[in-house]
Amino acid sequence: MTSLPASTDRRLGLVIDLDICVGCQACVVNCKAWNTGGYGAPLADSEPWGENPSGAWLNRVHGFEAGTGNAAAIIHFPKSCLHCDDAPCVTVCPTGASIKRSEDGIVLVDEAKCMGCGLCAWACPYGAREMDPAEGVMKKCTLCVDRIYNENLPEIDREPACVRTCPANARHFGDFDDPDSPVSRLTRERGGVDLMPEQATRPVNKYLLPTERDGAAKLEADGFNLADYADREPHGILAWVDRALERI
Amino acid sequence: MPTVNRMGFWLGSTAPLNAFSMHPALSIILFTTLSGAGLGLAAVIGLFGHPDGSAVVPQLPLLPAAVCALLLTGGGLVCSLFHLRRPTRAWRALSQWRSSWLSREGILAPAAMLALAALVFLDQYRLTVGLILFLLCLGATYATSMIYAQLRAVPAWNTPQTALLFLAFAAAGGLLTAATLASFLPDTPGLQAIDDRFLIAATLAILFAWAIQALWWRRLDKVGTGASTPETATQLGAIGPVRLLEPPHTGSNYLLDEMGHKIARRHATKLRHIALTAGGLIPIALLLLTQMSGTTPGITLLALPAHLAGVAISRWLFFAEARHTVTLYYS
Amino acid sequence: MNEHPVNLSPAVADEIRKTTCYMCACRCGVDVHVRDGRIRYIQGNRDHPVNKGVLCAKGSAGMLHLESPARLRAPLLRTGPRGSGQFEEISWEQALRTASDWLAETRKRNPKRLAFFTGRDQSQALTGWWAQQYGTPNHAAHGGFCSVNMAAGGIYSIGGSFWEFAQPDWERSRMLLLFGVAEDHDSNPIKLGLAEMRRNGARIISVNPVRTGYSAIADSWIGITPGTDGMLILSLVGELIRTRRIDADALRQRTNAAWLVRQGPPERAGLFARNEDGKPLVVDGQSGQLTAYDAPGVIPTLGQDAELADGERARTVFSLAVEKYLADEYRPEAAAEITGIPAARIRGLAAEIARTAFEEAYEVDHPWTDIQGTRHPTTLARPVAVHAMRGISAHANGFQTCRALHLLQMLLGVVDCPGGTRFKPPYPKPVEAHKRPGKPQQPGQPLTGPPLGYPLAPEDLLVDDAGEAVRLDKAFSWEAPLSAHGMMHAVIPNAAAGDPYPIELLFLYMANMAWNSSMNTPGAMQALTEVDGNGEYRIPKIIVADAFASETVAYADLVLPDTSYLERYDCISLLDRPIGEPDLIADAIRHPVVETRGDVRPFQDVLLDLGSRLGLPGFNDRSGNPNWKDYAHYMAMREFRPGIGPLAGWRGAKGDLSGRGEPNERQLQQYIDAGGFWTEKLPREALFFKHVNAAYQEWAVKIGLIDAPAPFMLQLWSEPVQKFRLASLGFGDCQPPERLRRRIQEEFDPLPVWRALPDAGSDEFPLHAITQRPMAMYHSWGSQNPWLRQLHADNRLYVPAEICAEAGIADGDWAWLESRIGRIRVQVRRMQAVNSKTVWTWNAIGKRSGAWRLHPNAPEARNGFLLNHLIPDRDAGGSMANSDPITGQAAWFDLRVRLRPAETPGSEPRFSPQPDPPGLPEAPSELRYGREWTR
Ligand SMILES: Nc1nc2c(c(=O)[nH]1)N[C@H]1C(S)=C(S)[C@@H](COP(=O)(O)OP(=O)(O)OC[C@H]3O[C@@H](n4cnc5c(=O)[nH]c(N)nc54)[C@H](O)[C@@H]3O)O[C@H]1N2
Ligand SMILES: Nc1nc2c(c(=O)[nH]1)N[C@H]1C(S)=C(S)[C@@H](COP(=O)(O)OP(=O)(O)OC[C@H]3O[C@@H](n4cnc5c(=O)[nH]c(N)nc54)[C@H](O)[C@@H]3O)O[C@H]1N2
Ligand code: SF4
Ligand code: SF4
Ligand code: SF4
Ligand code: SF4
Ligand code: SF4
Ligand SMILES: [Mo]
Repeated sequence: MTSLPASTDRRLGLVIDLDICVGCQACVVNCKAWNTGGYGAPLADSEPWGENPSGAWLNRVHGFEAGTGNAAAIIHFPKSCLHCDDAPCVTVCPTGASIKRSEDGIVLVDEAKCMGCGLCAWACPYGAREMDPAEGVMKKCTLCVDRIYNENLPEIDREPACVRTCPANARHFGDFDDPDSPVSRLTRERGGVDLMPEQATRPVNKYLLPTERDGAAKLEADGFNLADYADREPHGILAWVDRALERI
Repeated sequence: MPTVNRMGFWLGSTAPLNAFSMHPALSIILFTTLSGAGLGLAAVIGLFGHPDGSAVVPQLPLLPAAVCALLLTGGGLVCSLFHLRRPTRAWRALSQWRSSWLSREGILAPAAMLALAALVFLDQYRLTVGLILFLLCLGATYATSMIYAQLRAVPAWNTPQTALLFLAFAAAGGLLTAATLASFLPDTPGLQAIDDRFLIAATLAILFAWAIQALWWRRLDKVGTGASTPETATQLGAIGPVRLLEPPHTGSNYLLDEMGHKIARRHATKLRHIALTAGGLIPIALLLLTQMSGTTPGITLLALPAHLAGVAISRWLFFAEARHTVTLYYS
Repeated sequence: MNEHPVNLSPAVADEIRKTTCYMCACRCGVDVHVRDGRIRYIQGNRDHPVNKGVLCAKGSAGMLHLESPARLRAPLLRTGPRGSGQFEEISWEQALRTASDWLAETRKRNPKRLAFFTGRDQSQALTGWWAQQYGTPNHAAHGGFCSVNMAAGGIYSIGGSFWEFAQPDWERSRMLLLFGVAEDHDSNPIKLGLAEMRRNGARIISVNPVRTGYSAIADSWIGITPGTDGMLILSLVGELIRTRRIDADALRQRTNAAWLVRQGPPERAGLFARNEDGKPLVVDGQSGQLTAYDAPGVIPTLGQDAELADGERARTVFSLAVEKYLADEYRPEAAAEITGIPAARIRGLAAEIARTAFEEAYEVDHPWTDIQGTRHPTTLARPVAVHAMRGISAHANGFQTCRALHLLQMLLGVVDCPGGTRFKPPYPKPVEAHKRPGKPQQPGQPLTGPPLGYPLAPEDLLVDDAGEAVRLDKAFSWEAPLSAHGMMHAVIPNAAAGDPYPIELLFLYMANMAWNSSMNTPGAMQALTEVDGNGEYRIPKIIVADAFASETVAYADLVLPDTSYLERYDCISLLDRPIGEPDLIADAIRHPVVETRGDVRPFQDVLLDLGSRLGLPGFNDRSGNPNWKDYAHYMAMREFRPGIGPLAGWRGAKGDLSGRGEPNERQLQQYIDAGGFWTEKLPREALFFKHVNAAYQEWAVKIGLIDAPAPFMLQLWSEPVQKFRLASLGFGDCQPPERLRRRIQEEFDPLPVWRALPDAGSDEFPLHAITQRPMAMYHSWGSQNPWLRQLHADNRLYVPAEICAEAGIADGDWAWLESRIGRIRVQVRRMQAVNSKTVWTWNAIGKRSGAWRLHPNAPEARNGFLLNHLIPDRDAGGSMANSDPITGQAAWFDLRVRLRPAETPGSEPRFSPQPDPPGLPEAPSELRYGREWTR
């Protein structure tokens, strides 16, 4: 049923590192590749070779420009379900299809129950739910529930597809209730944040913000004291390089 | 953030042109418009119905009114099914009344219809049953409104005013329908000439409903996407203002179709005027005319469709002027 | 509370087949999960040296590559006018007979009249050999329009380029300078590396007009004006010299900085002073004597001029360099004007580089012995790494800019040093170790060598007595003497113009030359259909070997349909484009992991078949039967030299030898069993300074990379370059045509220089226009993949905000973009983080309507566009290719444009929709990939 569990045994989720995401879309496509033959209905595409191709995806990467002037920063921004503790998408669901699992906090859609009303997608402030165009049921990130416990996979591969494939290591998976897990540590050390905290969803997934990147401007301020050396007699350099020989 | 309308005049929409909105789906507009009026009418029957098959307020033609209420409510519910991608599973929507307003609505609206049917067709009118029917209608309408009002992600809707708005329009629609029936069927056995009380009640309810709508619009124009901004959505505000450079996919997607709908809203102000005129001014004028002229049922008959059309337009605007926070990731 | 039952352990695959990805040229290892004969999922191979388990967007979408309705199904013969797209399906026997008849006729008459050019393939060892045996010099792969500036600039300077031949020492570096890289052929490895650097707290500095991708995550972004990197780099060089922040020992021990350069007489000026053995001379700092540079115990001086035995004067390379780069033209203030980067920032960057190289240097515990026998107990890490790609390569000053970048590294002593940029075996190799371009002989006879090579002197050019080009593309002529990869972009225009001569047969493999790999696309399309006075096509016959219904297929007379990368054998060979890492050598194969769909054949099989039918030398045994059954057989059994074949792993009769060993029938199976690749670690003492490292040289001989040690010094001063300059000054037998004398003289500077781009300073076209690779799309061929195309179904022109404001163009507006050869209509996206004189777009997204089996009104055709329509294929004078004057590198990024608002939307130009070849299936309106496995 769609009431939220008072608490969950574990709080599994992702940490996404905006400091290193290069926007390559590997996680986006690998997620689709894994999930289209995995949990629930395939992730369908309409007009795959047609005029207006579109489809269901569980993970999308946006590119933002932040700041003004031509030193504005560009940030690649992956976004999938944040598996919120106070998931509004779950409580609005009239059919019981949307659930938050009490064992690990994963928010899932039981597609056999979903009537495709779309209300949960309206309720999610983040845009993390998409209707499958063919099946007419709600799709969302499953946190790769059929990978992370899958005994047919070697243990090392029991992590979400997006995490495993990310070439920049910008995605991390783990239990936020375990203070020693890498996700907890990263969140602590790098000050992981919630998206739209004002929406009171209490997301499990955390984002690590880009580190300060005013490097180019800083270069100007930071030069070592060139005046010490600059504009000495230019050909003095020739004697200087060979002075090293005298040491031998 | 849309700027507050300087004139402070709530009919001038300040929503930016071509901005994102919730998709105004016809099925939902019809649903909320029709079943709103239907439940309103059923509530009127609940309050004013009479055990002997006439009515407490004798001018109300009970049977036709009940049929009308059932058709409006049922028709609305059927329309709402068109919004479902898997309508054959709609029955499952009855299961989550403990948490879901849509589920509650799904239970209360049919329950109201059942109570109404029982009351009228099984001659079961009793004050308790009437009250139960009234409460069920109130509950169903409230539940419908809460489907929207609960959504923090749509700040325009996320206010108790939305509940008030739906209830007020349900009352207006119900009373107007009742008044129309009462005036249009004056010769029905057991009915006398039109009782002014319905006309007055309907007029006041319509006035009230549009007043609420005006307040609601006024709030809408200020609320934008509420506390959420591209900066809070991305948490990148510390770097500076945030704007989308590269969308995740070059084409459209479900989220954009559903919540990032783009319509030319140049006409929003005009539409507000049309909605108010059709749904408020015209019905009121017609009702007053009826009242003054005594028995001219034809005139009241015109009031109802005008009103419903006006409400439908306002419901279109309800979606078309509401912005979902997901659009913050696309702007 | 969770009644919802989830199958937590669904079956994933019947079998996992490990092969090599080819959704791009990065060559990652993939685990293809096969279920019911179809692909359930592809993931990166964790054990693979290239991608270490990760996989990019393209590789992940590989399963849909096979589903494309654009895949060719059978050989096609043209039936209507060329370009009309009217074909009939024919049998393979018919196709092969037609092709071999055409090829045989031309070979008999004049083999030069075959132009055989290949695009994105990785079988260059085979295709090159085929062309050599056929006897046509008119062969090249795509390198000439890709990154030959990078390749040649590297090989003539340090014996290897960045690219796939060297990479930053991700682990040990403290600073990376990234010049003009959007994606590169090292797609996944670069991302893995950047992440590692970030984890290590190392700094990433990106020099790029646009701040997307890697620049977006860089600590410092330097938004340079396109084409001016050479100036920036040489200004840094000047600052480092001026402030004495250079590694004199590295210069002395590992470069030719101390070599003596003759100052006269004019016919020898600029050449190295040599002893009787031809060894370059230095002044030994201890004895003051002239000594061979590599004499045991010599410690050469860098700054001391000398008088030679013959009485002539000579100066060290270093002193010539100092003089040159301390000149005012390279001062930061002067560079600031040109590059758009404030002088203070240039100085700051120089300081930062110097500080990292010298103050953050550290010893690593790696003893090694140099080739003079001196043992070094540790190795000094200078943790500044450099990586660069087409941002500096695809300009007409790219060769010299690449050389400048290597000069910078040589001064810092960071070439193949711990923490620097490290070579991947089989690199480095001195330029002398490469072959010279082969010359044509009598019809019926092979070329004297492979069609491509590295000229060392004017005598190595392919020119006739008048000094004019022998090759169709004019590679290795005075128009582009060091065009080591050929000049594919000149092939179609030259063939249509009959300049320098007409051809009979154009044979294209895996290159979309009618569209995104041509300059002046409308011109290329016209050239392919142009007729002479008799109504005959100027290019009489065209054979295209492709896997998809590309824009180019429409112009073929004969289409040879290829398999996909998941259905065939391929060879990722050390002799071609290797996949090694600095610490290990590696090669790999592809092998069929799913059944072939349609009546298609691997092109390499077809090429071997054609070679055999033509009776090309080496293709048949004495009784006239083919030497190899197919390409798989060739991969295992072919020997180039005794014991050396395409693959280095599991050689020898027992399959237990590496590098050298007789062919092994079971070799491919052993590759497959091992995951599709082979690696071997370098000896611990061989890891750094490989060009002067005794252990490396010994190991390279053992493994068969070379037959004898070939140590060499890095070349600040390039003597081959100087030899061409001497010729331009009138010395030597092989002389340039008069019209090119001046140009050679100016461009062939033996020390790196910066020269303004040909179209620079154009007021008429004030903006630079460049492209970038999207990370999730591979050139044109990603567009038939439904997942990738949703990411990039159309493209916009990114325009600096201030230019938008000036031109009155808002975000999303349409605008005309004009160059000196035409105009296109594009949709604008406003952007801030971009050089203020630069507009850009994603490469190769725009498609011709109807191509690739896409809907004729697909976004790719409706809204997408190509900058190529605007890129001139000739220089402003109209006579020479739009290329680097030294290497012939296509100057894609020299494009100059202007922008003005357009009234109506929709991309322009629009060509008539291209019809589909016969026999292709309907494109389904819905895709539900994997439904058979989901309930
Ligand atoms: N404006 C601009 N233009 C550019 C560039 C730029 O930066 N800017 N870059 C240039 C560079 S560096 C390059 S390398 C070129 C690339 O341009 P091309 O070499 O033309 O590359 P593709 O578009 O990938 O086309 C290769 C062809 O190979 C076919 N193909 C794909 N798979 C197979 C296969 O398995 N077998 C066979 N036989 N064929 C196959 C495809 O269908 C396609 O027709 O573009 C150049 N053009
Ligand atoms: N995903 C993907 N990967 C690919 C390919 C692909 O099509 N898709 N193609 C492959 C091929 S064939 C090639 S050749 C490689 C090319 O790999 P890259 O060299 O990374 O290719 P480009 O995208 O052409 O990158 C050029 C970069 O240089 C910048 N630039 C342009 N002009 C200048 C300049 O004057 N100075 C500086 N500093 N920067 C400049 C551009 O902004 C851009 O970021 O990629 C290979 N890998
Ligand atoms: S991110 Fe959206 S879909 Fe996911 S749990 Fe939170 S509210 Fe629900
Ligand atoms: S779409 Fe499905 S999961 Fe979402 S609220 Fe409706 S029934 Fe529940
Ligand atoms: S956890 Fe799995 S389902 Fe969720 S975004 Fe990553 S790959 Fe997709
Ligand atoms: S795979 Fe990693 S780097 Fe690439 S877009 Fe996803 S999170 Fe970013
Ligand atoms: S980078 Fe991507 S497409 Fe290229 S080989 Fe590797 S996985 Fe395949
Ligand atoms: Mo390339």
